[in-house]
Amino acid sequence: MIAELGHFAVIIAFVLAIGQSTVPLIGAQKGWIDWMRLGTPAAIAQLLALVVAFAALTYSFVISDFSVRVVAANSNSLKPMLYKVAGVWGNHEGSMLLWVLILALFGAMVAAFGGNLPPGLKARALAVQGMIGAAFLAFILWTSNPFWRLFPAPPDGNDLNPLLQDPGLAFHPPFLYLGYVGLSMSYSFAIAALIEGRVDAAWARWVRPWTLLAWINLTLGIALGSWWAYYELGWGGWWFWDPVENASFMPWLISAALLHSAIVVEKRNTLKSWTILLSIFAFSLSLIGTFIVRSGVITSVHAFASDPTRGVFILGMLVVAIGGGLALYAWRAPKMRAEGVFAPVSREGGLILNNLLLTVACAVVFLGTLAPLFREMIDGSKISVGAPFFDLSFTPFMILLAIALPFGAVMPWKRGHLGKAWRKIMIAAAIAFLVGALLWGLAEDRSPFAPIGIALAAWVVFGALADLAERSKLGRASIGETIRRLINLPRADWGKSIAHMGFGFTIFGISAVSAWETEDIRLAKVGDVIEVGGYEITFDGVRGVPGPNYNADIGRFTAMKNGKLEALLFPEKRFYQVQQMPTTEAGIHSGLTRDLYVVLGDPADGGKQWAVRSYVKPWANWIWLGALVMALGGLVSLTDRRYRVGAVAKAQKRAPATPSAAATPAE
Amino acid sequence: MRFLYIILALSFAAPVYAVEPAEILDDPALETRARQLSKELRCLVCRNESIDDSSASLAKDLRLLVRERLVAGDSDDETMAYIVDRYGEFVLLRPAMNAGNLALWLSGPILLIIGGATAFVFMRRKPSVAFAHGGLSNEEAERLKQLTEGK
Repeated sequence: MIAELGHFAVIIAFVLAIGQSTVPLIGAQKGWIDWMRLGTPAAIAQLLALVVAFAALTYSFVISDFSVRVVAANSNSLKPMLYKVAGVWGNHEGSMLLWVLILALFGAMVAAFGGNLPPGLKARALAVQGMIGAAFLAFILWTSNPFWRLFPAPPDGNDLNPLLQDPGLAFHPPFLYLGYVGLSMSYSFAIAALIEGRVDAAWARWVRPWTLLAWINLTLGIALGSWWAYYELGWGGWWFWDPVENASFMPWLISAALLHSAIVVEKRNTLKSWTILLSIFAFSLSLIGTFIVRSGVITSVHAFASDPTRGVFILGMLVVAIGGGLALYAWRAPKMRAEGVFAPVSREGGLILNNLLLTVACAVVFLGTLAPLFREMIDGSKISVGAPFFDLSFTPFMILLAIALPFGAVMPWKRGHLGKAWRKIMIAAAIAFLVGALLWGLAEDRSPFAPIGIALAAWVVFGALADLAERSKLGRASIGETIRRLINLPRADWGKSIAHMGFGFTIFGISAVSAWETEDIRLAKVGDVIEVGGYEITFDGVRGVPGPNYNADIGRFTAMKNGKLEALLFPEKRFYQVQQMPTTEAGIHSGLTRDLYVVLGDPADGGKQWAVRSYVKPWANWIWLGALVMALGGLVSLTDRRYRVGAVAKAQKRAPATPSAAATPAE
Repeated sequence: MRFLYIILALSFAAPVYAVEPAEILDDPALETRARQLSKELRCLVCRNESIDDSSASLAKDLRLLVRERLVAGDSDDETMAYIVDRYGEFVLLRPAMNAGNLALWLSGPILLIIGGATAFVFMRRKPSVAFAHGGLSNEEAERLKQLTEGK
């Protein structure tokens, strides 16, 4: 009954989406304001219908209704409640429902908070959003319906893949989808602007917060996924350049480029058609990612979601969304004139360099990911493109980006001067040089990797700090004046500096852990002491412990440093009975300066010895800390006064006597 | 979508033990070389995993083969050539720099040059009529003002 209610709600949402994609569009073309306005209630009603559908599916999982096929295939009555709920999106059908729910959420947010949008733009953007929603809802209804019943219902379910029974599943996919799907908003705005033939500073001001929101979530989603793999897959790798990872990384790179180029449109009224193109690309890459993951084209050895009908359906959506978007672009974009003129050495020039490096880096990832497919189509030969290729061909662009970033960040608009910019950030260069030289001098192996990487990270971080110091007149004015200036800096500028520092932190973490990680692999007896990376790790033994739906062998290790207790580590080997599958839970002691990471392998000699892998991973957490700081920077920037247009308007309505409630920050 | 990846990665590779203690060579220099080479070789039955990361039995066979060749005195290049001879180019995670892969290897630098040149031409273009002063047009400034002041 509840499942049928959910099924019915999906059908209603589909009908509403079709209405939303046509009526407001016709209204906008004909100038009928009543028709245009229909987009708003349609978007909100669609969200409500999908909330009902999602709640119905969640309910079926929670009560373990095994007559619902998806529940029977992916859940089990013994599974802990957290994973019953998270299991809703731990499968193809449920994750598609989450996808459209988030799509509808974004549409409804524009409908609800876009009161100050020009009616035509709002109607068209909502219509495009409705089209995307209708396409995905059709996909769900015809190929991936989560509400199909099973008769007769099995007595118990098949359980969720044990690797997914992890808190990571609860948070990683929702963030990732908020990012992927959030990019549909800038796509919809771009298509609406192309139909209208009008892109201006105001347009950029509406698009940028949506891109920023999507990018923040994508950053968090990717970082969570990377961290999850780091602790779950059991050898502490955090990035594998796998096609599925690349599928999420490409939209991230393009949305990062987009949120920089939208600044140029907003402030300087140029780069308009480029920004539109990036908006189309960003969401197209999200769709391509969906295609890669769910069609089985690239992941051909696997059967998770490689249903050919689904692949063809998504391919059709790809062709319409990307082909249609680009055709519209080719037709309408030449009419957009770039207006703001600037010299190559300027803030605009710096942002163009940022865009160039990010998009070329993305193109390299794209070509590398699809190269095996292309080669096979061209001459039938089979090649592999893996981490060694990407490390070599992607990293140089990030190095160039990191070198250029502090310069671009302090450059003035229109016309800058390299010498003047250099004087502002010289101190950062000096610190970076000292750090690099010191590390190189102290290193035993004279490898240049860590010193260069960490010097680069210092350059980016201290460059951002130097920018803040410069703008607050640190050392040139009184302390009070400096603090006053810092407080009055626009939030967007704070966001910029914070996000750039986060980028530096991530470079630091990657460089440090790649260069300084130490590893020990051995067979250990109880009482053995493993010396690794300056720690003595004693193997205290293994005991068997039953879990809710698995049995575990839990090892105990004591880590000492210079005779002082540092940590107790409890790596586990689990065996999940329903799926007949073993998993490993690494024993990790996390810290800001290092992670201790111990993995328990198989027993040997009838349990007298155990295979043990121990790692010391210096500064590993800075990789994800950096991503978190980048997201925080985005969030701070999102709260900038100029995006809170609606909020300001409301405040003024309420209190017309205090127009400067949100005081204008001093430029 | 990492969770899909994790399923996929593990559907062939049971967790999670890659290099096993018994495989490790006594000579640390040779072992280091073996580990380096292992990172460049694909586990043929896995999805985009190197034999260094994979616990599939075929990956283990390849790891042992690499070590065997190194112990026999082969250089790194000879070892790789030996394995490519037997398993084909598919085994290389870093595609060889040959005619077929040239486009892939050169795409980054070429795109950078083309993009850079285009951007430079764009930046050197002549000022268009009325906007030498830059910034927003009057009409747009007015519109923006209305918006920010919450008309």
